[in-house]
Amino acid sequence: MALLEIKGLTQRFGGLEAVSDFNVRIEEGSLTGLIGPNGAGKTTIFNLTSGFYQPTEGEIHFGGRDTAGLKPHQITAMGVARTFQNIRLWQDMTVLDNIRVSQHYRMGYSIWDCLLQTRRFLRQEREIDRLAFELLEAMGLKDLAGERPRNLPYGLQRRVEIARAMSVRPKLLLLDEPAAGLNSSDVEGLITLVRWLQREFKITIWMIEHQMKVVMSLCSSMKVIDFGKTIAEGTPEQIQSDPKVISAYLGDENI
Amino acid sequence: MQKHSFKLLLILSAAGLVAASHFQMVDQYITTVIMLMGINIILSTSLNVVNGYMGEFSCGHAGFMCVGAYVSSVLSVMLFTSNRIFGPPLLSADLSLFLFPAVILAGGLAAALTGLIVALPSFKTRGDYLAIITIAANYMIISGIENLDVIGGPRGFQGMKRVVNAMGDRLDIPWMPIWVIVGTVFCVWVIRRFVSATYGKGIIAICQDEVAAEIMSVNTNKMKVAAFMLSSGLAGIAGGLFAHVYGYVNPQSFNILKSTECLVMVYLGGMGSLSGSVLSAVLFTLLIEALRFIIPELNALAHHLHLIPDSYEIGQVWKWVIIPLILILTMQFRSEGLMGHRELSDFFPFLKRFYRMRQAD
Repeated sequence: MALLEIKGLTQRFGGLEAVSDFNVRIEEGSLTGLIGPNGAGKTTIFNLTSGFYQPTEGEIHFGGRDTAGLKPHQITAMGVARTFQNIRLWQDMTVLDNIRVSQHYRMGYSIWDCLLQTRRFLRQEREIDRLAFELLEAMGLKDLAGERPRNLPYGLQRRVEIARAMSVRPKLLLLDEPAAGLNSSDVEGLITLVRWLQREFKITIWMIEHQMKVVMSLCSSMKVIDFGKTIAEGTPEQIQSDPKVISAYLGDENI
Repeated sequence: MQKHSFKLLLILSAAGLVAASHFQMVDQYITTVIMLMGINIILSTSLNVVNGYMGEFSCGHAGFMCVGAYVSSVLSVMLFTSNRIFGPPLLSADLSLFLFPAVILAGGLAAALTGLIVALPSFKTRGDYLAIITIAANYMIISGIENLDVIGGPRGFQGMKRVVNAMGDRLDIPWMPIWVIVGTVFCVWVIRRFVSATYGKGIIAICQDEVAAEIMSVNTNKMKVAAFMLSSGLAGIAGGLFAHVYGYVNPQSFNILKSTECLVMVYLGGMGSLSGSVLSAVLFTLLIEALRFIIPELNALAHHLHLIPDSYEIGQVWKWVIIPLILILTMQFRSEGLMGHRELSDFFPFLKRFYRMRQAD
């Protein structure tokens, strides 16, 4: 059974059909790519998957469960984490607090435990701290725990954002253009990081990416969409030579 | 030892204050100003939860204060004194001493529930709407009470002095300063616990990026309502204490001007800074009291120098020019407030030794 299955997904914003009849099956442990020119509807698909929009039509099943009507935080708690095209860290909180706050999904205490500082609260907070440090250590970010993302270089902010997404122990990680704005050595680091994440945490990754180098070296299969419609799918090699993809990106040659 | 020195200092100064008031080393006026300071500290720190930490804009804080003031006043008068409308006391006046905190907390609870009613529809929308809805709520609460003749309507409600006196009869120490200090410490302590826990930091995340908060598993709707209820509940506690300090409440003392005072204190102190709010509440109270003396002096001076026509007097209404002016000047020249998202210990790191705060280390 596929970890994520999307059937007939359509999203309309007024008269605009941002996504039309999109289908995908993402198998557990796979690394799938989603590409397409600007405005093709890629991020909309991610927003639908993570619950920001309720689809106009179609179904999204995660781990066999229909996610219709669920709030983004509930979907995250089910095991879907994501990063954003423009980094959306909490810029004025420390890196450690960024990870801590993301543990709301597993917080087994109420506001009363928090105000009375019950044993349950203290135990949970210690556990959150332990897990946060463990993750930062594993991701090589331990020295930055007390830093604010605002003061970090862009490449490191990406890494912190991926660490934050990993802190909810996702089964599926959605990466929205993780290489955007990175220099070539950061891109190398990112490729290594994504491979390592997949191997180490046995997660499934679905990524939107424009940089061919990243997609080619990471994804085993990919989908290409344009104007909300799927125009091609297959292995990166197949995609690269597909005339429809070339015309979508570069325009038709007979103009 | 150092860990406890802050608490020790707090207890000693509180005891000193109460003793000074008891042995009449300071007069009634100064005691009242100090109590007002405590109440203002509660108001500014609690409003800071919503406007500072959470980054929403509530401007009807006095409305919740009003609910707390009336609920706890009516309760205490009903329970402990005989009253024309509510009849003989339901409980012995001797119990007032022990049940007083419960009465104040009941006022806070009622204010928190009012906060819930306001929060539920308003957090479905974003930004400016909360400001508009809270102003409307403030007016609704006031006019609601003005039209309730049972509790005095626009004439106000009194009788709380007798409850306070009943406490004094039982044991002759200045009870109201004690309760105000206890209430202030309690409120600041509650807020500090809230915003330094992973749970409460959810609202700081909402402030910095709500979309990210929602996607990183923070239940943003629930957190907003919880923070708003906490904030309005604490304002209710401030209201209850305020009512018992003066022994008299009037709906118009909780109008939009009072809400503005709360806003000035928050923005002067700095958004998202607990020590900033405490500091600005103290400064603000001192300023307001100083104006009482400064304005007549200014008036006399202006007349003496013939700067204004003889027929015009600079009255206390000028307070309402000066307070908003402070807000405007703060926004112009130091928009982050005195402290702005930092605590006193960020400026003076040596203070960290004296109290424990969860830090990223």
